[in-house]
Amino acid sequence: MDLLTFGKTGWGDELFYATLMTIAVSITAMFIGFLFSAIFTPLKLSNNKFLNLIANSYTTVIRGVPELLVIYLFFFGGSGAIMYVASVFGYNDYIEINAFITGSFAIGIISGAYSTEVFRGAIQSIDKGQFEACKVLGLKRYIYFLKVIMPQMLRLAIPNLSNVWQITLKDTSLISVTGLVEIMRQSYIAAGSTRDPLFFYSFAAVLYLMLTFLSMKLINRLEIKYSRGL
Amino acid sequence: MDLSLMALSLPKLLSAAIITLKLLSISLIIGLFIGLLFAILRLSKNSIINRFAYVYSYVFRGTPLLVQIFIIYYGLGQIEYFRTTFLWVVFKEPYWCAIIAFALNTGAYTSEILRSAFQTIKPGIIEAGKSLGIPNKIIFYKIQIPVAIRQSLPAYGNEIILMMKGTSLASTVTLMDITGVAKHIVSTTYKPLEIFITAGGIYLFMTFMIHNIIKILEKRFSY
Repeated sequence: MDLLTFGKTGWGDELFYATLMTIAVSITAMFIGFLFSAIFTPLKLSNNKFLNLIANSYTTVIRGVPELLVIYLFFFGGSGAIMYVASVFGYNDYIEINAFITGSFAIGIISGAYSTEVFRGAIQSIDKGQFEACKVLGLKRYIYFLKVIMPQMLRLAIPNLSNVWQITLKDTSLISVTGLVEIMRQSYIAAGSTRDPLFFYSFAAVLYLMLTFLSMKLINRLEIKYSRGL
Repeated sequence: MDLSLMALSLPKLLSAAIITLKLLSISLIIGLFIGLLFAILRLSKNSIINRFAYVYSYVFRGTPLLVQIFIIYYGLGQIEYFRTTFLWVVFKEPYWCAIIAFALNTGAYTSEILRSAFQTIKPGIIEAGKSLGIPNKIIFYKIQIPVAIRQSLPAYGNEIILMMKGTSLASTVTLMDITGVAKHIVSTTYKPLEIFITAGGIYLFMTFMIHNIIKILEKRFSY
């Protein structure tokens, strides 16, 4: 237990900050995922075949390829691609992107593919009559989406979004390969310098369990809140 | 885009796909047995056995697969006593460590899939079997299991695809699966986009095949 004290001798504070980093990356990634699904869910539901195809290829490709490969692609290929774009505009210096940004972006794209599917499913399971009623009442498009569809969609989506959150949270462990100091990376460093991998990796597992447990509790509350009056 | 490099790397990546498929199939077979065992334990009326099975699936589903592999590969070797047992023959190989981690992980998910499949079997079917005087054992093997397989096929298909993607983590413990080989080629050619996209294409093709095979099986098992 000495290994977990705070300060210079123990790894407690380092692991604490690493846990905060894991939470920060997960939340950022989840948010980026929502932005992606805000773009791709309407494309999936549109009547235009071409737009459907774009959205379907996004979700199929991302969900059919290992997360680790997506992260490698972003981490090793990302700066190359950005430098190529920059060179077109006449900027030729080396560009290095921050590991936090690349990591959150890579996980965010993955998370977005899953939440797009969740939102699509939720909107499709809303009763058709609701859409028709809005049209009959002549509601403006954004009001009808914000006031009628959105609340119902959220209620239906929350249980599945909680799965997406769990996947996202666990996927952040993969960013450790890019050197971002989150739980997994910090445990790797600690295990290397103390030669006690069993303890530190088991402790990392406990930290992840705590995070998943606590977030489930929070999400359950949200679920109760959004299913009021049912 | 260097298309000739993509074509050149394809045979190497394809031969690595054999290792990916081996890892996947062996861990799925072991995982299926673990899953079936724990699903049965979960349905047990004894609350200690029940709790034990629940904790198992909770721990393995609540932690990242990467942590599980690292604990098994780097962690277990640290125990002096463990190195003297016969188990060490298996656990010193990264190949078997990866398979054990994958099998335990997929076993936890499979146990949840099978448990819910067993629970959704209509009690009428079992009662019908009993009223016909069929012994409990035969009801289990000939009625409950086939119905549960049909119920759980779509979810299990997803689990196979998730596990296939999970095998890419074997590359973190020095195994040369598709991802491992891709990373190796990138380190010598410095062409990450081309190589990782080719590797991704192979994975995508495998996902597509698994998806279709499961669809065919679903049709065959439907009643």
